[in-house]
Amino acid sequence: MAKGSMGAIAGLGITRMSREWMGPAPVLAADAIRRAIEDAGLEKKDIDGLLINAGLSSGKFGANSLTVSTQNLLGLRDMGLTAEMVAQGSTTGQMVQYAMMAIEKGMCNAVVCVYADAPMQPGTSAGGSYGMGRVAGAANVTTMDMLDLQYGMTGANAMYGLAARRHMALYGTTQESFAEIAISNRQWATMNPHAIYRDPLSFDEYFASRWIAEPFRLYDCTMVNNGAVAVVVTSAERAKDLKQPPVHVLGMGQGHPGNPKKKGYENEVNSGAQQSGKTAFRMAGITKDDVDICELYDCYTYTTLVTLEDYGFCAKGEGGEFVKGGTLAPGGALPTNTGGGQLSAYYMWGMTPLSEAVIQARGQGGERQVKKNDIVLVSSQGGLLDHHATLIVSPHETVH
Amino acid sequence: MDKMNTSEVEAIIQPDEASAPFFDGAANGRYMLLRCKACGEWHAPQAVMCMECASPDLEWQEASGKGKLHSFVIVHRAQIPGIEAPYNLSVVETDEGPRVVSRIVGIDNNQIEVGMALNVTFGKLTNGMSLPYFTPG
Repeated sequence: MAKGSMGAIAGLGITRMSREWMGPAPVLAADAIRRAIEDAGLEKKDIDGLLINAGLSSGKFGANSLTVSTQNLLGLRDMGLTAEMVAQGSTTGQMVQYAMMAIEKGMCNAVVCVYADAPMQPGTSAGGSYGMGRVAGAANVTTMDMLDLQYGMTGANAMYGLAARRHMALYGTTQESFAEIAISNRQWATMNPHAIYRDPLSFDEYFASRWIAEPFRLYDCTMVNNGAVAVVVTSAERAKDLKQPPVHVLGMGQGHPGNPKKKGYENEVNSGAQQSGKTAFRMAGITKDDVDICELYDCYTYTTLVTLEDYGFCAKGEGGEFVKGGTLAPGGALPTNTGGGQLSAYYMWGMTPLSEAVIQARGQGGERQVKKNDIVLVSSQGGLLDHHATLIVSPHETVH
Repeated sequence: MDKMNTSEVEAIIQPDEASAPFFDGAANGRYMLLRCKACGEWHAPQAVMCMECASPDLEWQEASGKGKLHSFVIVHRAQIPGIEAPYNLSVVETDEGPRVVSRIVGIDNNQIEVGMALNVTFGKLTNGMSLPYFTPG
């Protein structure tokens, strides 16, 4: 199979990121889309595809509901591809993949992929907005859907905490490694004007922070915030004539291992990145040794650790040692989450890693720009490590 | 320490016809899991079909009530009425195979260890409903 660009990201739009209310999700989406089209040097009439990932604003009623009707809010006409996509945190990578396939098959020419959400509303907490407590009393919930909640299984913090604990028990991983990841993210974020948390973080501050769900402290868990990010996907040929340096996609993959939740399986320490990464590396014709920068979905510090293992940057179980000593930090051997990631910059699901990958591949990272940016590995990941999508992006149309 | 006075926990779950054997079993000191009538595979209480042979024919059967701790967290934010934070939330690997979410009782949170052997025990909620928990065995 010929190696080379399968399509390119030609435009990027990032709204202001805030933990305060800035308006409903469709308005934020429209803002990001407008910025992305302008960034690409395109006009609205050039856009003939729209893929939407609505976060918690999916499937709602009222002004904060983000649906395919957003097409009309923007006045987009005669689209060759339009859908809302829902694959939990893996959606962003998938949107870009399906956009490129549709373009390659001639269904459309320029597809906007957008993530927007506004979960932080007056009177809600981050935990409250994402907690499973919100399902209590909901219609159409069967008895056994409530069983885990009856024991106090209230959301993602506990679910990922259980996974992290399993890793600690099997491999001796410690919180020092989680702290390394949180601190490294923050070092990058201090140089990112888009980042919400830009004050440096020390080991002492990490270990003094409150418990959320042991083994996780506050700084192990992503923030939740409002905002939107959009990218314009087009063909490699088309992207060359546009305003921005093209960001080519050289490889892509997905991995959805399935979790039977029974004896003999270790899904808590094995994510979909294993399968997804193999597919993407093979397609790009590269190995992990060719990767210059990682932009990983980091809903928790542990997610970064297990994803690095599953992409093969170290052996299974050795992620805790691998990240020590500033490996992922500015100046480290494997610059990772160079904008601060979800932990420190902004929580836009898979658009957090993808947006920073576009910035780095273009060489527009300013103070935080990584010098060698030939290959950037981007992950989107959802569920409890259940759903994974990989993109390998590059400023180059071919790498060999 | 997690005091684990389960009798203070409010029921947010309402048994229905399909789940009644699970709660009736608990009330009678029997730990019930689902089992496939076609291939014999055991399943967690949430199963809707056999994940191995795809048969829809599952039935409740009494399980051994023995297992080991797969993982646990100590949750520091109370959200369920009657469960005081910090509390342990645990995943138990039953001897039959399915892993279930539960809580460990009869032990300090700081003595809980992944891999420890567990036995089922039962506690009542404020409305008198019985629920399975696990205790070191």
